Formats: sequence, structure tokens, C-alpha cells
Amino acid sequence: MPAVLSARDLHREYHMGAELVRAVRGVSLDVAEGDYLAIVGPSGCGKSTLLNLLGGIDRPSAGTVTIRDQRLDQMRDADLTRFRLYHLGFVFQRFYLMPALTALENVELPMAEAKVEKRARRERARTLLSYVGLDGRHAHRPAQLSGGEQQRVAIARAVVTDPDLLVADEPTGDLDARSAVEILTLLRELNRAFAKTVVMVTHDPRAERFVDAVVHLDKGVLVNGTGGTP
Amino acid sequence: MLLALAWTTLTRHRTRTLLAILGVAVSAAMLLDMVMLSSGMRQSFRSLLLSRGFQIRLSPKGTLPFDTEATMADAGAAVNTLRADREIVAVSPVLGGQLHVAMRAGALASVALGVEPDVQGDYELVEGRAPAAPNELVASDDFLRAASARLGDTLAAGAGFDPQLQALARRRSLIVVGRARFFYMPAGQRAVALPLGTLQQMQGPAARDRVSFFMVKAAPAANIEAVRRRIERALPQVTVVSTETAMRQVDERLSYFRQLAVILGAVSLAVGFLLVTTLVTVSVNERLGEIVVMRAIGVLRTRVVVQIVLEGMAIMIAGAPLGLGLGLATARYLNSILASFPGLPAAIDFFLFEPHDAWTALGLLTVVGILAGIYPSWRAAALPIATTLREEAI
Repeated sequence: MPAVLSARDLHREYHMGAELVRAVRGVSLDVAEGDYLAIVGPSGCGKSTLLNLLGGIDRPSAGTVTIRDQRLDQMRDADLTRFRLYHLGFVFQRFYLMPALTALENVELPMAEAKVEKRARRERARTLLSYVGLDGRHAHRPAQLSGGEQQRVAIARAVVTDPDLLVADEPTGDLDARSAVEILTLLRELNRAFAKTVVMVTHDPRAERFVDAVVHLDKGVLVNGTGGTP
Repeated sequence: MLLALAWTTLTRHRTRTLLAILGVAVSAAMLLDMVMLSSGMRQSFRSLLLSRGFQIRLSPKGTLPFDTEATMADAGAAVNTLRADREIVAVSPVLGGQLHVAMRAGALASVALGVEPDVQGDYELVEGRAPAAPNELVASDDFLRAASARLGDTLAAGAGFDPQLQALARRRSLIVVGRARFFYMPAGQRAVALPLGTLQQMQGPAARDRVSFFMVKAAPAANIEAVRRRIERALPQVTVVSTETAMRQVDERLSYFRQLAVILGAVSLAVGFLLVTTLVTVSVNERLGEIVVMRAIGVLRTRVVVQIVLEGMAIMIAGAPLGLGLGLATARYLNSILASFPGLPAAIDFFLFEPHDAWTALGLLTVVGILAGIYPSWRAAALPIATTLREEAI
């Protein structure tokens, strides 16, 4: 299968006071279409930093990131922002829904930015909320939803523009055990039913039975992997 | 959706937003008042000068009308000279003096204007009619109240009063035929107007054929400055002042008012700016995570800035109409205080509302609202996404 995502010799360094932190050191990775990949490792090993580089919300100090043959590291900010809108979907540990918007409006937000006509985006948002099991919660604001429900809304928002790649940073980190399994299952369904390519960072041990491949990161370096292509 | 997001963000903290709007309203009120003050008195004075259409005033050489008690001789000849100019359509001679009215104990003094009722420009009739006979007069409400007089009453009056003899000088009986509003009198001033010849006779031989000043009305198409220069050449013994010349002199005297108004207006704008900037900054700092996530999911930096700037503008625009009402009410109150300035015509307003003043204030507030939101919003929209998300998570 052709690679959707390709990273070559990625490095990310930043200064913390006088100290130079090398969060990612020479990581190379390919993710094929339809893969469901987990990046695991101890706390502080650079998992989230790597994910941010792969998702285009951080710039590498060196190396390249390519999605569908387009170099993210060479794009200008506005172009990269637009690329994320149409090609990437994000799921965060803390959900990061807009508290002032309803569940429906949160899911609509990327489509509104993509200038999708109101009726069409509303229809699609409703469909997705139903798919993730939130029928009848359209008008609820995030504060009126449980953690698991909020994460479902976040997943619906992440896939609403039918992106090439879904990037999930500790999606079960703030959830109880039951909700965590539901979210992992949902991501699995999206991967299976819609061939959604998913790259997930997690230290949830349950995650390994939901994914196709696991790569291990330690001190910014890919150590080994089970499946995937480091 | 950006509008909806801006609106819902503002309504999330209703009390804070409401307080900000009230603060902007106060700032807007002060700004409007300063805009009104900077031009109000000048406009009001100009309107007063032109209220009856007289564009030129003649007074004794080196003086302004009623600056001194000086008078001009040969008034009749001067009138003939002026009326000979084809571009002059009306000449109103005015003699100033005092009128004393006999009361039960002593006499009541008031300002008296000797005018030609058909061409006068000093008063406007409120009730009754203009004097048609030498022994008739019109009076202000303050005079009638003080003299306990009404229309139709006959008053024993004189140009002077000897308190020792308790006698009026050159006494005459005068009938009140009209109630008038005098344009150039201060508030509370007792004033009467009677035929010019009557007042000249009452003032005695020294006042014969003398006037305090002339008001001249030129034809609508006339070049006022050209008429003014011709009068200066024809009557070298007088000072000739056009409305424009008078306005230049008024401008010089009012320049400190305008400076004060500009400074205070700028201060009120600065206060409004700081208020909105502070509110937007606080609001943005509370939701940095939301803002960078919007960027992460594909919302352009400029659109994030627009959404935040809209919040600032919304506060300004909501506060503006409140400020308009508050400003007008405050201006009315301040005007009533300043209008009691001694010697100032009651018809002069310090705060004169023109619709373009409101538009000027609204325009300035809108610009300030935009600027107030730009810095905090641009700063927030430029934050590195990954670093900010990490810091927000801590």
C-alpha cells in the first residue's frame, strides 16, 4: 500500500533555559493507507513531539514530513494551516472543544472554515454525531457532556472533512476505563469501515490490541516496532 | 460562524462584558461631549450672528459692538450712505442704554435697545407685536417679571433715575405691546426694546443722531468681504466687522476651549482603548488552548484575529449608543452650568449636537475598537501550536 505519511530523519530540538532538549532524534517512519499505528514509550520520550511533527502543528529542526507527496516542512504557515484543514484530523487528550459552541457546531467548525454550505455541513455533522453515538445531544454544550462524549464529538470533528490522516494524541488519557475502550473501539471502526489512516500516541496498555502496528520511542529515538515501517 | 463564536464568547462572561460596555459608554459619552464642545460654541456663535441674516456689524472705531459705551455720531448720514450701496438690503441701527421704570420703592433698571422695529435683528417676538408708535416697547420675560408688568400695561420710565430725588430723568409713559426673546442678552438679563428715536430723546441732546452700532444685511449673492471693504472706505470713522472676521476673533478667544476638548477627547479614546485591550487580552489568555486548537484544525491566523477583533468591536459598538444618550444628557447638564457664565448671550450653547458629531465619535470608537483587539489577537494567533498546547496541559 502506498505511504500516506512519510517521515525522514526527523529531529526536533528546543531550548529550555540554558539546556538544549533534543526531543526527537533522527526518526524515520512510513505509514501506509489504512494503517492504524500506535506510538508508545515512557513519559517524556518525545511521543507527543513526534506526533506534532507528523501532524504539521510543529516544525522539525531537521528532516522531512511528507503526506500524500506534499512536504509539510516546506510549507508556509497559511498553506500548512489549510493543508491541516483538508488532509488532517486531530484528536487531543483534553478534547479541546469550543465551550461556547454546541456539539453540532463544534463538528461543523472545520467545514465552516472550508466554506461548506450551511445546510450540507449541518447534515454531515448530524450524521457523524449519530455515527459516534450522540444522537439527541446535538444542542448540548461541552460542559453538558461527559468526558467520553466530548471525545466522541472531537473525533467527529476530526473526521468531518474526510482527512487523509487522523492524528490522536493520548485520546484516552483523560477518560475512565470504559470510555477509553469505547474511544479505542470507535477509532478502530473508523479505521476498518472507512479505511481511515490513524496514528495514535498512547501509553494506554489496552491500545495495543486495537491497532495494527506499534512503534516504540525512547529518548526521541525509535527503538523497535511491531509491524509498521520504522 | 466567526460572528457566532465572537458573540457566544462575549456572552459567556455576561457581567464582565456588561461592565466593559458600560465603561465604553462612559468613554464614548466623554468623547462625544468633547467633539461637541470643540465646535459647539463656535457654531452656536456663528448661528447667532447670522440668525437674522445680518452679516456685517459697524461699531465705533477700535471697538466691538457693546464692548464700550462709545457711540457713533451722524447716524442718519451713515444709514443713508449704507443704503445707497446696491448690495446692502437692510441696515439696522441700534442704540444701547438703560431704562428705569418707576416702582413702588425706587426704580427698576434694565438694558434698553433703541431699534427700528421693521429692520431690527436683536429680538424675536414671542407674544404681542412690535412697537408701532414712539411710546411703545417690547420686553423680556425677566423684565416683565421684575416689573410685575403684562402686555398692555403702561409704565412710567426714564433714561436715568436720581435715587436722592426719587425721580426719573426725562420721564415718559411707555406701553408694553410685546413680549420678546433677546438674542444677545445673558440669561436673566432684564431687557426692553423701543423705537430708536424714543430712546435718543430720552437720553437727551447728547444722544441725538447717535447709535451704538449698526447691523448690515447684504444681498444673498453679494461678496461680503467686498461689501465690508466698501463700507470701511465710505465710513472711515467706524470699525467694520463681517461675520467671518468676528468668527476669526472668536476662534482666537476659544482656542483654549478647543485645545482642552481635543486633549480630553484623546484621553477618553485612550481610556476606551485600554479598557477594550485589557478585556480582550484577559479573554484571550483564558482560552489560549481553544485558539491554538482552532489553528490546529485549520483555521487561518487572520481569521482567528478577525474573530477576536470582532469581540472588541462588538463591545465598542454596543457601548456607543449608550454613550450617545449619556453624552447628550451630560452635555445638556454641562451646558446649563456654562451658560450661566456672566455676560454671555443666553442663546450661546457650548455643546451643540450635530449628527456628524455622533458619526465622528462612532467612527473613532470603531477604529479604536479594531486597534484594541489587534495586538492581543495577533499575539495569540501567532503562538506556536504545539508549545502552547503543552503549556496549557500543565
